[in-house]
Amino acid sequence: MNGGAWVTALLATCLATVAVAGAAAAPADGAPARVRVPGGTFTSVLPPAKDAKSATVRAFEMDRVPVTNADFAGFVVGHPQWRRDRVARVFADAGYLSHWDGPDAPAAGTARQPVTHVSWFAANAYCEAQGTRLPTWYEWELVGAASTKQADARADPAWRQSILDWYAKPAGKSLPDVGRNAPNFYGVRDIHGLVWEWVLDLGSMMVSADNREQGDPDVSKFCGSGSLSFEEKENYAMLMRIATLSSMQASYSSSSMGFRCAADTKAAP
Amino acid sequence: MRTWPVVLAAAVLAACSQNSTPTAAKPADTGGSLQGDFGPPQGEPVNAVLTSPPLVPPPTGRHAPAKVIVELEVREVEREIAEGVKYTFWTFGGTVPGSFIRVRQGDTVEFHLKNHPDSKMPHNIDLHGVTGPGGGAASSFTAPGHQSQFTFKALNQGIYVYHCATAPVGMHVANGMYGLILVEPPEGLPAVDHEFYVMQGDFYTVGKYREKGVQAFDMQKAIDENPTYVLFNGAETALTGPNALKARTGQRIRMFVGNGGPNLVSSFHVIGEIFDKVQPEGGTHPQENVQTTLIPAGGAAIVEFHTEVPGNYIMVDHSIFRAFNKGALAILEVAGDARADIYSGKQADESYLSDKVGDLAPVAAAAEAKAAGKLTREQQVAAGAVLFKGTCSVCHQDSGQGIPDVFPPLAKSDYLLKDPKHAIDVALNGLTGKVTVNGKIYNSVMPPMSQLNDDEIANILTYVLNSWGNDGGVISKEDVQKVRASTKRAEGAAH
Repeated sequence: MNGGAWVTALLATCLATVAVAGAAAAPADGAPARVRVPGGTFTSVLPPAKDAKSATVRAFEMDRVPVTNADFAGFVVGHPQWRRDRVARVFADAGYLSHWDGPDAPAAGTARQPVTHVSWFAANAYCEAQGTRLPTWYEWELVGAASTKQADARADPAWRQSILDWYAKPAGKSLPDVGRNAPNFYGVRDIHGLVWEWVLDLGSMMVSADNREQGDPDVSKFCGSGSLSFEEKENYAMLMRIATLSSMQASYSSSSMGFRCAADTKAAP
Repeated sequence: MRTWPVVLAAAVLAACSQNSTPTAAKPADTGGSLQGDFGPPQGEPVNAVLTSPPLVPPPTGRHAPAKVIVELEVREVEREIAEGVKYTFWTFGGTVPGSFIRVRQGDTVEFHLKNHPDSKMPHNIDLHGVTGPGGGAASSFTAPGHQSQFTFKALNQGIYVYHCATAPVGMHVANGMYGLILVEPPEGLPAVDHEFYVMQGDFYTVGKYREKGVQAFDMQKAIDENPTYVLFNGAETALTGPNALKARTGQRIRMFVGNGGPNLVSSFHVIGEIFDKVQPEGGTHPQENVQTTLIPAGGAAIVEFHTEVPGNYIMVDHSIFRAFNKGALAILEVAGDARADIYSGKQADESYLSDKVGDLAPVAAAAEAKAAGKLTREQQVAAGAVLFKGTCSVCHQDSGQGIPDVFPPLAKSDYLLKDPKHAIDVALNGLTGKVTVNGKIYNSVMPPMSQLNDDEIANILTYVLNSWGNDGGVISKEDVQKVRASTKRAEGAAH
């Protein structure tokens, strides 16, 4: 067998493997892109008010997987004002989509990877264009508290460690495709272990940039519903996500910040 | 220099008055931050020279306050924490500890913190040398792919730790986010031959010490303050082997020693040296002749010593299990000519039996009886018992039972009793490797005991053969002589 044919055969095999893996990981054909998450009341690491530790979330729908490069490229083509070469700087910093090959073309082979290097404004615009919105922090936290088996796995040290393991990995140049992690209790994938995710109410969740100041805050930093202090301090897994979100302004983008969309549940017919 | 008039005045006072108190001659203190502001920066801004450990930037050499620009980049990198063990460090400048920063008291420092675009985490910096809330932390909170700027005036001289203070602070510090900033006194530090940058830290991995592969951070171990590694400069091999620090005899060494923690305090010690001077936290009143100095987590000291004798000087955290079981070990190689007048090297190595030996009278009695040709088995057993206790019982135990799986028994030992003469050979030459004794395999080392003379070996073996239910027998001096004559003196024998 000559070398060229051998390589071609190998390549074909690899492609087939990827295709199979992709098919296995993606939601079954015809499955809706979003799952319905029943609402509930739970203890948030960010109490909504000084005397209220529990947060209540109404039923909502959430994307099964984060938005991919291919998804976002479709949006950019349809809304060219969000191309990296046309976007207003106040809506997206210099890193916005900087990892793409072209202004509306993700790098080859990254179509199914989660889109990153997107600002909050861009993510918000994407969801609006789909008739949806970004999830709120409490919605995200409710879903993020679930393991594959439990709705609230936050007390499970093994679950926490598995999240911390991801935090300990450097952000690589290449991300895995979406949908590779097992669906959690709600049927949502990749809520942990792939990317950070924007939330709708980013602006109201400012925490002190120096988290040791809790209890002696500079009140000017704590406005409205953002009068926050971390509960469950041993729950470092959530704490780090909040720290990351609070370091980001809405125009910022980073190599590990992506998003998914959510929607209010349609009223029962 | 600012204290000079005070000293002069005190001296004049002392000369004029017989009743002046002894404390009047002491120099005043430096005045701390109240005396640390030398006015606005002068001249062109200066870019700070940053160095990776164990290097230290050169003295600033400045005599007036300057504006100093520091640009420090945060990078999250995977590298070896021990041989074959990878760990993801979060770093200031790509190294653990982070880049060394050197400024002069009174300098205005314009600090730029850059968070590399590939970082996953936001980071910030709290410099203990900063006067202001958070030490810069809130002002430098920086998302990946962004940079922040803040400015401070270095009002206090000294050696200061800096570290990341982003939530969770402990994890950021445990991953290596700390370093040192030196604020030189206005007159600078006295010249030395070498300056080194050494910083201790404790690390927490899911895997055990030296367990190979990529190891993740273990939050529970960190909370429990139970580190897997305690290291100087972020890796077990950072300052050993080819990476050892190097100096020559007759040199003045200054080390800036920090401790990043996050949890442990360090009992810093250099084996075989005495610190001529220790300035904890860079204080201006050094302590002298210090053997071990405590470096608190989040603290630092300047230690100085002079090298006299060549050789390897091992730096340890003298909480000593950390040194030998968790990696807290570094080496300073000092080259130069031997100084036997100060340190001789080994002059003798002899048996020292101490109180393991009881009354040696039976040994003398047996020797006398042997010389007179009247030695009995009982005399041999009595002498052998004393000698056995001094030489053999450490391993084989007073009961002759040995230690299971380590040292084989002599009591009712099939190996011994099937050929008692073979025991002479073992005593003289030692025994290494697998032997089966009473059905159990032992794989260990017995050193040659050829320092014992023929009488002694004969008496010990006779004692062994007549003790603990063994069925008797006598080994004579002549038996031992024969075997000794037919074997080379064993290598490694003590005498």
